[in-house]
Parts: sequence; structure tokens; C-alpha cells
Amino acid sequence: MVDTSVTLSGITLDNPVIPASGTFGYGQEFAELYDINCLGTFSFKGTTKDPRFGNPTPRIAETPGGMLNAVGLQNPGVEHVIAQELPRMREIFHKPVMANVSGFSIEDYAHTCARLDREEQVGWLEVNISCPNVHGGGMAFGSSPEAAAEVTRAVKAVTGKPVYMKLSPNVTDIAAVAKACEDAGADGVSLINTLLAMRINLKTRKPLLANGTGGLSGPAVFPVAVRMVYQVYEAVKIPIIGMGGVSSAEDVIEMMLAGATAVEVGAANLVNPFACRDIIEDLPRVMEQYGINRLSDIIGGAHNG
Amino acid sequence: MMQGIYRVEYNRQLAPDVWEMRLSGDTSAVTAPGQFINIRLDGLFLRRPISICDWDERGLTIIYKVVGRGTEALAGMEPGQDLDILCGLGNGFDVSKCGDKALVIGGGAGTPPMYGLAKALLKAGKTPAAILGFNTKSEIFYEEQFRALGIETTVTTVDGSYGTKGFVTDALPESYDYFCACGPLPMLKAVYNAAATSGLMSFEERMGCGFGACMGCSCKTKYGNKRICKDGPVLEKEEIIW
Repeated sequence: MVDTSVTLSGITLDNPVIPASGTFGYGQEFAELYDINCLGTFSFKGTTKDPRFGNPTPRIAETPGGMLNAVGLQNPGVEHVIAQELPRMREIFHKPVMANVSGFSIEDYAHTCARLDREEQVGWLEVNISCPNVHGGGMAFGSSPEAAAEVTRAVKAVTGKPVYMKLSPNVTDIAAVAKACEDAGADGVSLINTLLAMRINLKTRKPLLANGTGGLSGPAVFPVAVRMVYQVYEAVKIPIIGMGGVSSAEDVIEMMLAGATAVEVGAANLVNPFACRDIIEDLPRVMEQYGINRLSDIIGGAHNG
Repeated sequence: MMQGIYRVEYNRQLAPDVWEMRLSGDTSAVTAPGQFINIRLDGLFLRRPISICDWDERGLTIIYKVVGRGTEALAGMEPGQDLDILCGLGNGFDVSKCGDKALVIGGGAGTPPMYGLAKALLKAGKTPAAILGFNTKSEIFYEEQFRALGIETTVTTVDGSYGTKGFVTDALPESYDYFCACGPLPMLKAVYNAAATSGLMSFEERMGCGFGACMGCSCKTKYGNKRICKDGPVLEKEEIIW
């Protein structure tokens, strides 16, 4: 019997598989299909201080081996999430959940994190400083080590929950941003958010997305994500949640060998709503195939020797 | 909604770029006309949403227009091939809301779901009438199928090459007590402005997942933000913001 459990900041997960924010809503659509308590945890839809509609449509486009999205952080706002979504979530998911938070100013981030800090079912805060689809916030905070550190300090000051800073791949040196977050008190980092990208419609000669640019995700970005997780692992001691194009149990193991303690699954959920359940069910078989008894033993395994 | 494997029974061309495909498989998740399926295709990442034209306990029929790589791949499917499909997606037409003399209005590639709706209205003991709009005679499909249901069917063509010349709104009858429409956005807007009654309208949008998870196809309505894939594609006339 293999051991798939991993520990993130003192909370043990049955397995490292976590649906990524923005691909799993608040879990309701998936709970109609399977018992989502099989998940390690899940990162719920990115939440901001105020409600947001997001960007105009089209917000989605096909790409080779993946997709673009420019949703733009549509969400009902933190007060609605606390009053409506968290109680509904309690009915379908009985483990600590990861709260994903976005903002447009340092004060926004601090406000939303402080509100969620009081919620018992929130196990971790995942602070998104890397959304490529909003203006005047989001990725701007993840683009420099100084700004990332500033958000980290502001959030840590208002919460006792573990704080994971979600990093952007759209930087020259992601390890430097991760190190700045660690030095500012982050309990962990999660990476990568989507890669800034664009498609153009040949007929209209205009970008396919109404927003012009969007974030690229899906299997196409997996090697980029593995490389970045590998680099960040060399730079920091705090745990890493790896993500970017993960779609199989093999991908989970590869991401953990690169240095991830847990692994988020994003775009795959949109194509196969059972993706996370399937990966979790497949993990023991793939672990046995590669001679892994305890999954936590392989974290950063690619760095040895 | 359910995920299943569906087998192509036949796949035939009805008009230039318009194809009809019959799929056999589990249709227990289909609960209303106007719902859709989301089809996984080799070499493409995102599934392709296609409305359900008709269904029974053994399978379903879709009619699709070839407009890009996904529908091109669909047109190349042969009988006996299997497709991975999410079935019974979306909020379809609520037959109980329709009056006894509802109009079903379809425009071009928006016509197919109106066939299943017309059948459901008949089954509910109502007397629907159909208005089908096309650009030109060669693009017309399913006129005989609508007529075979025994309902009053009016066809319009923009160029006047067949039936009533003009748009579907040029063929609105004197007397009807509700309308249901599916078609291109300009048609829906024209119907919205011309219709004398309440109604239901089915909308199209680029989708990510098709089951409400990604917020890729959101729209604003008078009743709040809605997802075309999950809360729609059918919306009430009264809630629509143009």
C-alpha cells in the first residue's frame, strides 16, 4: 500500500492533487459528478474585495496543446463568498480548502485576506500576484521581487493562516521573486500562473480574445512550469505548489521530482471534469511502476546528485 | 450532465457546410430541448459545444455548420467511430413556460434545437408554429422535417429565392402567445424588438468547459451575471441586456 499523503504548512493532504483556482469554481459543478472529498484540497475561484464581472467575451480561445483565457477575475466578492459560497461548500467538501485571493492594491489584498482569515474552513491563503488578465493590479505585483515582498508582508500581517504566494511566469527570474516572498514571510509559493499570450483571427485580423491578450495554460506550458518549479526549489526552502499543464499522475510525479510538495491541476478540469479524480485513482499504480512507496520522499528528487 | 462514449451512426451533409450526425449512446442526462453536448476531438484541446436537435432513449441527433477546425473534424467522422461527449449540458427551453400557441423561430445554424423543441411542445399538447430563416434557398435544411411534425411552418429567405422574402421577423403571424428563438445575434435582437409576447432565446458564446466551471462565457442580465453554458444557453426575454 503506497502513501500518497503530503503536508503543506502543517496540514496533511491525503494526496497532492489540488484543482487550480478558476478551473473548479466553488466545487459545486464537480460535486454533481463525483465526491470531491477525494481531493487533497481545492483552490476556489479567485476572490477580490468587491464583486467583478471580468472582461468582455470572447474570453476563451483554443491553442496548440492548450487554451487562452481572459476571464479577468470574475467573482462575486469576498462578502458574498463568505456569506453564500463557503456555507454551500461545507456541504460538499469536508477538508480545509484553499482560498485564492486577488487584489488591485496592497490594501485590497490585506482586506480580503483579513476577511477570509476568520473562516475556519479556509486552510491556506493562496495570494494571486500573477493574473495576466486585469489592469492595474494582478500581475503587476508579481513582476518585481520588491512588489511581491510588499504584498506578502501586508498579507502576513493580517492572517495567521499559511500564505502561499502565487507567482507569474512572465518574469525574467522567477526564483528571485520566490526568494523575495520567502524573505518577506511567505509560508510557500505556488507556480505557475498562465503565460501571457495572444491568438489572432485570420478572417477578422483581430485578436481572438476581446481583451486582446490572455493567459496560456494546458499541456503546452507543462515543461515551462517544470523548469520554473525546479529553479524555485533551488532558491527557497518553503514548500512549492507546482502547476501548469498537469494532466496525468505521471505529470504529478514529474512536478514533485522538480520540487513541488503539492500539485495543482487547472485546464485539464475544463476538458475532463473527472481529471482530478482520475489522476488520484491512477497515482498508486504509477507510484508502484516507478518504485515509489511514499510520495513525499520524491519531492525535489531530480535535484539529488 | 454525464460523460460518455457515443457512436456515430451516420454523418451526412444537408446543405453547403451543414451536416447532420446521429449518435447512439446514453441520453438519460438530456432533460430539455435546447440543451447541448460538448465533444472531444483528436488534436484539439477544448471540447466543441453543439446543440441537440433531437433525441430519444437510444441516441441523439446534432446538426452543425462547418466554421472551423472543430466542426471540420466532426464533418470527417465516419459511421462506427466513437466520440467522448459530455451530454445534457445547459439550461434548455422550459416547455411549461410556453403558451398553447408558441412560435418557434430558428435562424440558419440556430434552427436545429427548435426541432426538438417543436416536438416537445407537441408532446405537451400544445400547437406550435415554426418560422425558419435562411439567407438563400440552397442553405435551407429541415423544412420537410418540421412540416412532417404537422405544424404550420414558414420559411423565409433574405434574398427571396424561396418562401417569404426577408427575415424571420417579416413572417411573424397575427396571433401567437409566446415565442422561442435561436439564431445569430442580429436575428435574436430583431425578434426581441418585434415580438409582442414574452419568450425564451438561446444564445451562443465561446466556451471553455461548457459546464459552469471556468466563467469563460459569462454575460450580464437583469437577473445578474449568468453563464451561457450553465444558466443558459436559454434566457428569458425579460432578463436580456443587449
